[in-house]
Amino acid sequence: MKLIVAVIKPFKLDEVKDALTEAGIHGLTVSEVQGFGRQKGHTEVYRGAEYQVDFIPKVRIEVVVDDDRVADATETIADTARTGKIGDGKIWVIPVEEAVRIRTGERGSDAL
Amino acid sequence: MHLDTGDTAWILASTALVLLMTPGLALFYGGMVRAKNVLGMIMQNFVAIAVVSLVWVWVTYSLAFGPDWGGHGIIGTFHFFGMSNVNDAPPGYTLTIPAVLFMAFQMMFAIITPALITGASADRLKFGSFIVFITIWSVVVYAPVAHWVFDPNGWLFKRGAEDFAGGTVVHINAGVAGLAVALVVGRRKGWPKKAMPPHNVPMILLGAGLLWFGWFGFNAGSALGANLLASNAFVNTNTATAAALLAWILTERIRDGKPTTLGAASGAVAGLVAITPACGYVNVVGATIIGLAAGVICCLAVRLKFALKLDDALDVGGVHFIGGVLGALLIGFFGTKAIGGVNGAFHGGGFGLLGNQALAVVVVAVYSFVVSWLLAMAIKKTIGFRISDEQEDEGMDLSLHAETAYEFSPSFGGSQIFGKRETSEQGSAK
Repeated sequence: MKLIVAVIKPFKLDEVKDALTEAGIHGLTVSEVQGFGRQKGHTEVYRGAEYQVDFIPKVRIEVVVDDDRVADATETIADTARTGKIGDGKIWVIPVEEAVRIRTGERGSDAL
Repeated sequence: MHLDTGDTAWILASTALVLLMTPGLALFYGGMVRAKNVLGMIMQNFVAIAVVSLVWVWVTYSLAFGPDWGGHGIIGTFHFFGMSNVNDAPPGYTLTIPAVLFMAFQMMFAIITPALITGASADRLKFGSFIVFITIWSVVVYAPVAHWVFDPNGWLFKRGAEDFAGGTVVHINAGVAGLAVALVVGRRKGWPKKAMPPHNVPMILLGAGLLWFGWFGFNAGSALGANLLASNAFVNTNTATAAALLAWILTERIRDGKPTTLGAASGAVAGLVAITPACGYVNVVGATIIGLAAGVICCLAVRLKFALKLDDALDVGGVHFIGGVLGALLIGFFGTKAIGGVNGAFHGGGFGLLGNQALAVVVVAVYSFVVSWLLAMAIKKTIGFRISDEQEDEGMDLSLHAETAYEFSPSFGGSQIFGKRETSEQGSAK
C-alpha cells in the first residue's frame, strides 16, 4: 500500500475527485493548506500599504491505494490538476505499513 | 421655554442614531485589527458607552454646558452636577426641546469622541488603564473643549469659530489625542515591518454603513430641530460623503492600481468627518468640494505615519484629525449665510471667519495633544498603559477577556487547535 499526497490548486479539487472516482478510487481526505514552491505569493493593499503574502492557499489530497494502483492514480491526479501554469502543485508517494477500517477491523488492502 | 413636539421627536431619534455610531465604530475598527484582537477593540468601544454615559450625567455635562465659571468661557460650573437643575436650558441656548434631551443628545457625542481614540492605540492598551484614561480625559479634555466651542458662552464660540456638529470638538480632538496615546504607548510589536492587515473587511464595511446612517443624527440632529437647517445638514452630509468615497477610491486607482473596499469605507468616513463642522454652514457646492478634498487628502495623509514612524494603527490621525481640520478650515471659504452662520471668503465675507476657524483648530489641537499626552504619560508611569509582550502575542481577546471571537472548526473550536476545551464540573471552561 502507498499513501499518495497531492498538493493542488484549490479550484481543481472537484475535477480531481471526479477523475479519481471514475478511475475506481473511492475515498480521499482533503485539507486546506498554505505554502509556497516556485510560485510567488501575491500583494494585498490596505490603505495604500502593501503586504506581501508569501503563502498561497492550496488543497492537499491524501489517498491510500494498493501498490498496483499507484501509477494510475498519480497519473489521473496529475493529468486532471494540470493547468500548465506555475503553481500546479506536487504529488509524492509514501509507503504505508498498515491500514485498518475502524468499523469492521479489516486490515491491509481490505480496509481500503 | 416653548417645546416643539416635532423638534423633540427628531432629536430623540437623532440621539439614538448617534448612539448607534459607537457600535458601528466598534465594527469599523474591529474589522481592521487582527483576528486575535477584535474583541479587545470592540470591548473598548462598548465600555466607552458605559463609562462616558455615567461620567456625563454626573459631571461632564455640567462642566461643558453649565453656566460659565467666572465669565472667561473656559469651563462650566457644577450647576448641573448629578443632573441637578437639568431641566434648565444651558445658558445661551434657546431650546424647543426638553433640556434633558439636549443633555442626552450631547452625551452621545461625548461617548464617541474617546471611542475614536481607540483606533490609534489599537491592539496594545491595558483594559483598566483605558477606562481610567477615558474617564479622566472626558473631564480634562472633552468637557473644556466642548465648552469653548459648543457652548454659546465658550470663548471660541464667542469669537465666532463655527463648528456645527463637532469637527473640532469631536474629530480634531480625538484625532490628536489618539496620536498622543499612540506616541506614549509605542508601536505594536513588529510594526511596520510585520504585516498586520485587516482580518474582516466586510465587518469594516458594515461598521462604515452604520456610521454613515448614524451620522445623519449627528449632523442633521445638531440643528436641534426638525427644520430646513437640519434638512440642509442632512443633504450636505450625504453629498460630501459620496464625493469623498469616490475621491478616495479614484486616488487609490491612480496611485495603487486598484480601488479597494477598505478605501471606499475609509473615504466615506473621511467625508463624514470633514462635513461634520460644515454641514450647517455650506451649500451643496461647498459640501461637494469638501468631500472631494477629504477623499483625496485623507487618502494621501494616512501614509504619513510610515514617514513619522508613528503607529497610528487605524489612521485616526489621517482620517479624523486631517479630515476635521479640512472641514473646519474650508468653512472659512465656503461658509454662506444662506444656509447658516456667516459668509466665508468665497461668499464675500472676507477672511475673518477663516482666521477664527484656524484659531479654533490650532488651540484645540494643541490643548488636546498636550493634555492627552500628559495624561497618558501619567497612566504609563503609575498603573501602566500597555499590555505585556506575552499578552500582545497572545492577543487581547484571550489575554484580557478570556474569549475568542471566532469558533469555526467543528473539531477543535477554531482557535483552540492546540488543546481541546473541557468544561469542568463547576461549569467554568478550562
